[in-house]
Amino acid sequence: MNWKLAFTIASTHLLSKKKQSIIAMLGVTFGISMFIIMISFMTGVNQFLEDMAMDNTPHIRIYKPIELREEKIIAEGQQQTDKTWYVLEHQRPKNELSKIKNGLIMGQRIEEMPEVLGVAPEVSSQVFFNNGPVQIPGTISGIDIPSEEKLFSLDKKMDEGSLEELQKGSDVIVIGKGLAKKMNAKVGDRVSVTTPSGNNLNVRVVGIFSFGIAAWDETKSYATLATVQKIMGVDPSYITDLNMKLKDKTGAVEFKKKLQALYPNVYMEDWETANASILAGTKIRNIMTGVVCITLLIVAGFGIYNIMNMNIINKMKDIAILKATGFEGNDITAIFLLQSLMIGIAGGIAGLAIGWFFSYLLSRTPFPAGEFFRISTFPVNFKLFHYMSGLFFGFLTTLFAGYFPSKRAAKVDPVLIIRG
Amino acid sequence: MSTILKATNIVKYFYEPEKFQVLKGISFDANKGEFLSIIGKSGCGKSTLLYILSTMDTDYEGTLEINGQKTTGQGQNQLAHFRNEHMGFVFQFHYLLPEFTALQNVMMPALKLAKYSPDEIEHRAIEKLRLVGMDEYAMKHASKLSGGQQQRVAIARALINDPTVIMGDEPTGNLDKANSQRVFEIFKQLATENQQTIITVTHDPDFANGSDRIIEMEDGHIIGTHFPNGEHS
Repeated sequence: MNWKLAFTIASTHLLSKKKQSIIAMLGVTFGISMFIIMISFMTGVNQFLEDMAMDNTPHIRIYKPIELREEKIIAEGQQQTDKTWYVLEHQRPKNELSKIKNGLIMGQRIEEMPEVLGVAPEVSSQVFFNNGPVQIPGTISGIDIPSEEKLFSLDKKMDEGSLEELQKGSDVIVIGKGLAKKMNAKVGDRVSVTTPSGNNLNVRVVGIFSFGIAAWDETKSYATLATVQKIMGVDPSYITDLNMKLKDKTGAVEFKKKLQALYPNVYMEDWETANASILAGTKIRNIMTGVVCITLLIVAGFGIYNIMNMNIINKMKDIAILKATGFEGNDITAIFLLQSLMIGIAGGIAGLAIGWFFSYLLSRTPFPAGEFFRISTFPVNFKLFHYMSGLFFGFLTTLFAGYFPSKRAAKVDPVLIIRG
Repeated sequence: MSTILKATNIVKYFYEPEKFQVLKGISFDANKGEFLSIIGKSGCGKSTLLYILSTMDTDYEGTLEINGQKTTGQGQNQLAHFRNEHMGFVFQFHYLLPEFTALQNVMMPALKLAKYSPDEIEHRAIEKLRLVGMDEYAMKHASKLSGGQQQRVAIARALINDPTVIMGDEPTGNLDKANSQRVFEIFKQLATENQQTIITVTHDPDFANGSDRIIEMEDGHIIGTHFPNGEHS
């Protein structure tokens, strides 16, 4: 087959009917540009939500849950005369400390493992905050500030004040933006913290942070490990959580199993379980994006199919004469398939350019996210892979759409056309 | 004189609208350098015969041999290649590709055959256009040429691969007197000087009478053969 000749004929055909070629192209252009905009925006949203959650979520969290014993408690009668067995139904949770035994040492050991990026110990408790007579429920977390900065970039979440003051001062805390608003507390104000067991401490607010997640900003507060241990009245080895980040977060489930085998007495939770709802959202958005993109490309494909069919009906005489002068069926197929592919590639490249342009505009458009989201414009991803696959799918669509009309063209019987 | 085309007992049916025998056993030979005309009334089957001879119509009984090769039973692609190399066509309606120039139209079958380099093909195409007196119009688009001019370009295209047989389906049917005469003279020259065999179907008595041999058909039979300029073997 003579591809060069087929190419010359195909391009001459296209150029001699510019209007028709451009209309055919526009179908693909529209499909591909929408594909680019959709996928850039959707993956941008996914990325943003995941980053926001992942920033603050440990890859694996180790803690000691409040557990009920599954088995019933059975006791023998105490008196000599009492020969009965007592079975304790509907037992209440045991007053157990939620302390991880040897937590700090366990943290150090885990930190030395090669998969681990770092471990941040935490001691947290539910508390009431008072600024005046009203009690506001929340939590307080005692943290190791350097590792918290390193793993969860807490320092970047500070709106007012700084973590340095938290490190230096005693009886100081930083509180969430929402919590500060509820209490009408400002930096420098003193608030009272009360634990469920009744311990109470007056602390000074040295900073206000915001994660961009309302539920957290309205309840959380941080202080040093020592401060929280002091409020709770526990010893300095008392740790309730170990939050760790791994070098590769996708290996979290595997690594969790390995850790669990080493430390069977604590409970471990990986980020995929903790963020199941966000991951499900991502999955649904991906499916939606895929469905819309495929629909767009199919519509563009049908456009090309129609135009190619019309084109071939218009070119019956030419096909007949080419076959009469010695062109084979394959040559004819090549001519029309090439036309279709040229439409596809030209339309596809135009679509990529337009898609890029509009995603760029979108990425510059202010996003009315409210004060809680740490985001000012629409989240948009620019990935070469999306552009490559856009072009590839455009190519594939036109290949399919052009194939059947081209095969039909190859079957044209020249005698029928020439004899009229 | 050597036989270039040999048709033996060609039988052809049409199935639409009902089964009908168009050709009822046609046998004849054509020699190298012979200018042959097929005449007959409309519907006698002469065009049908020509398209069978052209190898484009493969749905027939009997055998056809061209240039020593049996073409009956060959595949479509083989036949396409065969036509490309050994046959030239001139039709009643010129059938040039309207988007291309006269020169490109002439070059097309040669580019397909790819026996020569594109430069050489262009050179040869201009030669052929000169032969039919159309070299001045080489760069004009086919759609911008008059009927007579288009027919001459079509002849140049038929000649580009130096075919052994040139077939014409009423090549002058759509032309005025002067242009018909011109086409006739080109054919005559090809037969005598280049020793190419010419087979044309025609309604034009002047055209037929100028050829070497006339085959007259009626109702799917050959009913007579004439040698208008005296028989010569």
